[in-house]
Amino acid sequence: MTVFESILITIITASTPLLLASIGELVTERAGVLNLGVEGMMVMGAVVAFAVTQMSGSPYIGALGGIGAGVLMSLLFGFLTLTLVANQVATGLALTILGLGLSGMVGEPFVGVQGIKLPALLPPWLSDIPYVGRVILGQDLIFYISIALVFGVSWFLFRTRSGLVLRSVGDNHASAHALGLNVIGIRYLAVMFGGACAGLAGAHLSLVYTPQWVENMTAGRGWIALALVVFASWRPWRLLIGGYLFGAVSIGQLHAQAFGIAAPAQFLSALPYVATVLVLIVISRNRRLTLINTPASLGKSFVPDR
Amino acid sequence: MWLELEKRPEASRLFTFLSPVIALLLTLVCGFVLFAALGKDPWQALYLFFIDPLREEWSLHELAIKAGPLILIGAGLSVCYRAGNWNIGAEGQFIFGGIFGSAMPVLFHAWTGPWLLPLMMLMGMIGGALYASIPALLKTKFNTNEILTSLMLVYVAQLFLDWLVRGPWRNPEGNNFPETRMFDPPAVLPAIWESSGRAHWGFVFAIVAAILLWFMMEFTLRGYQVKVLGQSSRAGRFAGFSASGMVWFSFLLSGAMAGLAGISEVSGAIGQLRPSISPGYGFTAIIVAFLGRLSPIGIIVSGLILALTYLGGEAAQLSLGVSEKVTRLFQGLLLFFVLSCDTLILYKIRFNWTRLGGARP
Repeated sequence: MTVFESILITIITASTPLLLASIGELVTERAGVLNLGVEGMMVMGAVVAFAVTQMSGSPYIGALGGIGAGVLMSLLFGFLTLTLVANQVATGLALTILGLGLSGMVGEPFVGVQGIKLPALLPPWLSDIPYVGRVILGQDLIFYISIALVFGVSWFLFRTRSGLVLRSVGDNHASAHALGLNVIGIRYLAVMFGGACAGLAGAHLSLVYTPQWVENMTAGRGWIALALVVFASWRPWRLLIGGYLFGAVSIGQLHAQAFGIAAPAQFLSALPYVATVLVLIVISRNRRLTLINTPASLGKSFVPDR
Repeated sequence: MWLELEKRPEASRLFTFLSPVIALLLTLVCGFVLFAALGKDPWQALYLFFIDPLREEWSLHELAIKAGPLILIGAGLSVCYRAGNWNIGAEGQFIFGGIFGSAMPVLFHAWTGPWLLPLMMLMGMIGGALYASIPALLKTKFNTNEILTSLMLVYVAQLFLDWLVRGPWRNPEGNNFPETRMFDPPAVLPAIWESSGRAHWGFVFAIVAAILLWFMMEFTLRGYQVKVLGQSSRAGRFAGFSASGMVWFSFLLSGAMAGLAGISEVSGAIGQLRPSISPGYGFTAIIVAFLGRLSPIGIIVSGLILALTYLGGEAAQLSLGVSEKVTRLFQGLLLFFVLSCDTLILYKIRFNWTRLGGARP
């Protein structure tokens, strides 16, 4: 395997959790809900996926466990913000704090335990083909799901009636309600989809990226995923670009450290976070464009009148 | 079964007071269940967690040491949140306050005098405010989301501190340990009451700052502007208040508070810079602010309560063998319950047993 191939593979591995978490959050935000708890859902997904894998012996069942954990966390968020109309920003922060604390406790017996890696999906004769085979066809199931979700979500949002309904709820919840749509119910579904994706993203971290459990192993990826949604102007296709750009930045700094670039290691480690800030500046600079792209009801609570 | 909310004609005074109390009780119930599930005697565990640390003089001092930064940061954040600006990067501003304030005792440790401590505190505030000015600048100039930028800067601050204490600021006589030299006595924030314990003046700063901020919010035009712009920036614009001015004001204020907390902690409690100088004070202070109803006086009480969870966590680990991570879990649960109980202030909750929610024709 050439160096170039292995760099491409690591970029894909680093980008997949970002892409997954952000595609879920994109759907949630398109329905008008700002869930800042991605980091918390993701870290819970990571620890539960790891734990279930250890107990069942199958990383596939583990990944399902991660999805389940993400959905449960998102339901907690949904209950507070949708049913009890609590402030979405504060509740999202609470979800992250809770997730980091709970995952630390749940994961304590698993620190230092050898993990089980999610195997490549396709048979070896396909994944041994140079370049295309080794880089693309040698990946695990979660990678293919992440790519399929970009296609699927894009099709769903802009080509189906249900997608139109979801977007209308996010753009004007009062009108959607007046049309007889169940605003709260649709938002619950969108929040749960976001939770499932964040949970799967976490599972990818603890089953593929580094097959072990380390406390706080998400290291801000949930927040970067949130920034990616802004970067993508709430359009699924642009997430693909954003996700892989950020994966490349975070891998690039690792390779730079390995090659002994003169800059201190801490400065290189700070690159993904600095890059996030820079990208936000470039994207948000045009106020009018931001206003057009942002779902109009984003972050606003809705209480049905009767 | 489904929950239905009915808006109250006006905010309930009763629940304004009761909701944090209910939230605390619910957290205790959860703690009870959790300890029972872990196979511990729940009564004994809760006693160790929440009562035992209050019984001895030295642990009351520890409580004040932990509560000081929480109250300082929380009070600053409450003004910020009241104004509708979401600064969640106080942890980074805390770190930069610690770094700026430490510049004198680390780089020019031979220069001392009675002016040294006030200068360090001032530089700490400047450091925190400068670091908070980045998200403020980005928000006012480039329209970026302050939640994401202020949070990203926390990671950058942590890495920057790590680099400082391993690189240029490392103690030359420190056997390569990643820490700066110990501060000389004139650079150490003195104890409030030397003979009884080690609580330092940071706690006094916190109480004074909270009272000053309470006065500002209740009795000054500035406080009124904060409230108006926070509730409706449109109304604020009609009144001639500047929204971007408020972004700057609230970020600089909360950053300066976090910076002061940072240098107080470094100078009073630690005595040097290390790769990590905070057990998550900047994030816990967010919970403090909400539990205290975003009122500086309430925040004094909630700061003490959350400080207790840190001490309780340490105690529970020592005597029960429960992981101290249970502290963060309690803190997260508490914030959840506070936020859900706050619904009761504005709404009545009714249970509808017949049909699921949704629009009615």
